[in-house]
Amino acid sequence: MNNSKQGPLVHIVKRGALPRWRAWGIRLIAIVAALIVCAIVTMTVTGEDPIAVYATMIDGAFGSERKVWNLAQSTAMLLGVSLAVTPAFRMRFWNIGGEGQVLAGCLAAAACMICLADKLPNGLLIAVTAVASIAAGAIWAGIPAFFKAKWNTNETLFTLMMNYVATQLVAFFVIVWEVPKGAGKIGIINQTSQIGWLPTIGGNKYLLNIIVILVLTVGLYIYLNYSKHGYELTVVGESERTARYVGIKVDRVIIRTMLLSGAICGVVGFLLVSGTDHTVTTTIAGGRGFTAVMISWLAKFNPVFMILASLLLAFLEKGAGAISTSFGLNHSFADILTGIILFFIIGCEFFISYKLSFRKTAKKEAE
Amino acid sequence: MKKLTALILALVMVFALCACGNNDDAAKDNDDAQDALKAGFIFLHDENSTYDLNFMNAAKEACANLGMSEDQYMFKTNIKEGQECYDAACELAEAGCDIIFADSFGHEPYILEAAKEFPEVQFCHATGTNAHTAGVANLHNAFASIYEGRYLAGIAAGMKLNEMIEAGDFTAEEAKIGYVGAFTYAEVVSGYTSFFLGARSVCPSATMEVTFTGSWYDETAEKEAANKLIANGCKLISQHADSMGAPTACELAGVPNVSYNGSTIDSCPNTFIVSSRIDWAPYYEYAITAVKEGKSIDADWTGTLATGSVVLTDVNDKAAAEGTADAIAEAKAKLEKGELFVFDCATFTVEGKALDSYMADVDTDANYEKDTEVIENGVFMESKFRSAPYFDVQIDGITLLDTNFG
Repeated sequence: MNNSKQGPLVHIVKRGALPRWRAWGIRLIAIVAALIVCAIVTMTVTGEDPIAVYATMIDGAFGSERKVWNLAQSTAMLLGVSLAVTPAFRMRFWNIGGEGQVLAGCLAAAACMICLADKLPNGLLIAVTAVASIAAGAIWAGIPAFFKAKWNTNETLFTLMMNYVATQLVAFFVIVWEVPKGAGKIGIINQTSQIGWLPTIGGNKYLLNIIVILVLTVGLYIYLNYSKHGYELTVVGESERTARYVGIKVDRVIIRTMLLSGAICGVVGFLLVSGTDHTVTTTIAGGRGFTAVMISWLAKFNPVFMILASLLLAFLEKGAGAISTSFGLNHSFADILTGIILFFIIGCEFFISYKLSFRKTAKKEAE
Repeated sequence: MKKLTALILALVMVFALCACGNNDDAAKDNDDAQDALKAGFIFLHDENSTYDLNFMNAAKEACANLGMSEDQYMFKTNIKEGQECYDAACELAEAGCDIIFADSFGHEPYILEAAKEFPEVQFCHATGTNAHTAGVANLHNAFASIYEGRYLAGIAAGMKLNEMIEAGDFTAEEAKIGYVGAFTYAEVVSGYTSFFLGARSVCPSATMEVTFTGSWYDETAEKEAANKLIANGCKLISQHADSMGAPTACELAGVPNVSYNGSTIDSCPNTFIVSSRIDWAPYYEYAITAVKEGKSIDADWTGTLATGSVVLTDVNDKAAAEGTADAIAEAKAKLEKGELFVFDCATFTVEGKALDSYMADVDTDANYEKDTEVIENGVFMESKFRSAPYFDVQIDGITLLDTNFG
């Protein structure tokens, strides 16, 4: 044991702001390292050729025109939820209820499509469905926001619990609307009449969804960075007291921001049900509400970076699915690979913010 | 900002290139694979579910029997009954599959969507009800006349009851069967009624109590249900749900059990009598062969004892009554020849009266209208007008302790 007065072998030092190219360099290294670790795991566990596995992943995500569209759709939906949770995060309001807010939107959309199918003209029905979904998502987010603003309840627990309430509500209504009785599934709503289905653009059922989300991305970027509201919520996030001091009504900002957050989730729910899936199940949100938390953080709450982060996550999901099919492996193996890659990507953010200093080489870089 | 835009542009271009490059590859693959037929299979769960395992084994067996190599068939497991199913079906179609099978009831609407999109690919959906009315030429349904298998298994149950009555274990009036069902709908009603009719054909005093768990797979609920029935005085248990709950409860209590989906003799050596199941391999072989030879596939195919789709496991001599195997073989021959009908209206009554006319909901639509007369010449013709079961009559002698429509 060395009990001299020397410092510890390694200590962690906060970095100053890194130049952008170096930050991206670190991320690139992390991805390469992740791929190498995945390759080793693949070789030792399954004996498959790792290069072939990666080729399959790329093929699974980009292998055909339909796959590319499908990937774009997945990216867009993930991006939509990520956009939704971002204003709240900027305000340091931990909204992990994206899942429930999307489900609320989905449920409202399905309710309109089922109950109003033969009562309204199709165009009006779609408009009503959109409004209902957005309102449902906003209400689902507004409830915890109201409690937070009035009585300072814990928003993390509250939004999380609202997820379960939404899931159970959907489970209940699935049984109410199931077709046929006893199936436990709603199936595709208005499959033959296509009432309440969003129109397709040039025969492409995903394009409209993607355009809507892209418009939202641009809109949110402007809202967050160039509007008074965006500035206010950032100030509330930095310091509530400062915000009060400069005359910002914190309660109103919290409720307003969460209503926006929920409304965007409602839009995603609407697009999922009216645009593509035409059904509602308890798993229709597919964990996006939670993945979105990660995307929003990875992208440092910047809507433009979120496109990249969502694309990466959607790519991993599609690629992982292709692996299990092509190599006859259980889906769990694909999940393991996804986990390893995400671990490295998230982990590398640590090395962007901090550096490790070694005792004798403290002056040299250690990455 | 400029750098960022450049970066995104560069990435988009790389991805676009990847996409184009792979497109070409895929096209080439398709050309190569044109002569070699390819089949795709979609499963709700993986091999850990007895229901899906039964399908997976059949798929492997069928492909092996047809001499298909491993790269001529693809499995997609854990496909939920939602948009995932549509995506999976499209992916299989794009990967060059000429025929695609799905195994769960809830897959049907999504398979239908995929079938519309890929008219040159054949889509075969097991247990579904829509193909004969959907008007989509490449969508097909299949089921099997499993009620015949259950009837035969019922004979084994009746003989066991007779044996126990003769041994003085209980009186003929106390010969009560317990049945653990999943849900109160036609597939299950058809199953327990045929089982009961089989048992009563050899043990005329038999009665039955049925309880429902409200789940296709809930080990605890199935075990509790079996224990409840045993406590109610049921002397023999059978079940229509996918877990080992009921069989293990029977083994613990020493009550004979007639199983489903496959043999449970390993876990229940003292109480397992016999089990019926659907063997999907004949259907898979039939449909794949049809595509190979360019023939059309029936919109609605019913597997029978004769096609080898309805099978029974070996009788467990340790638990079954003497002569069970012979009695089953005899009844099986009669069923195949058409001398015996499971739902012969002369063998049961409904509210004390004979059933001479019954309208069943055969054509699936949102209205659940009873649309088809299904009794012909005094026989309820199950699986004739549609492969999926539609017998949902509550006959005398069977008591429902509860109902569960999900």
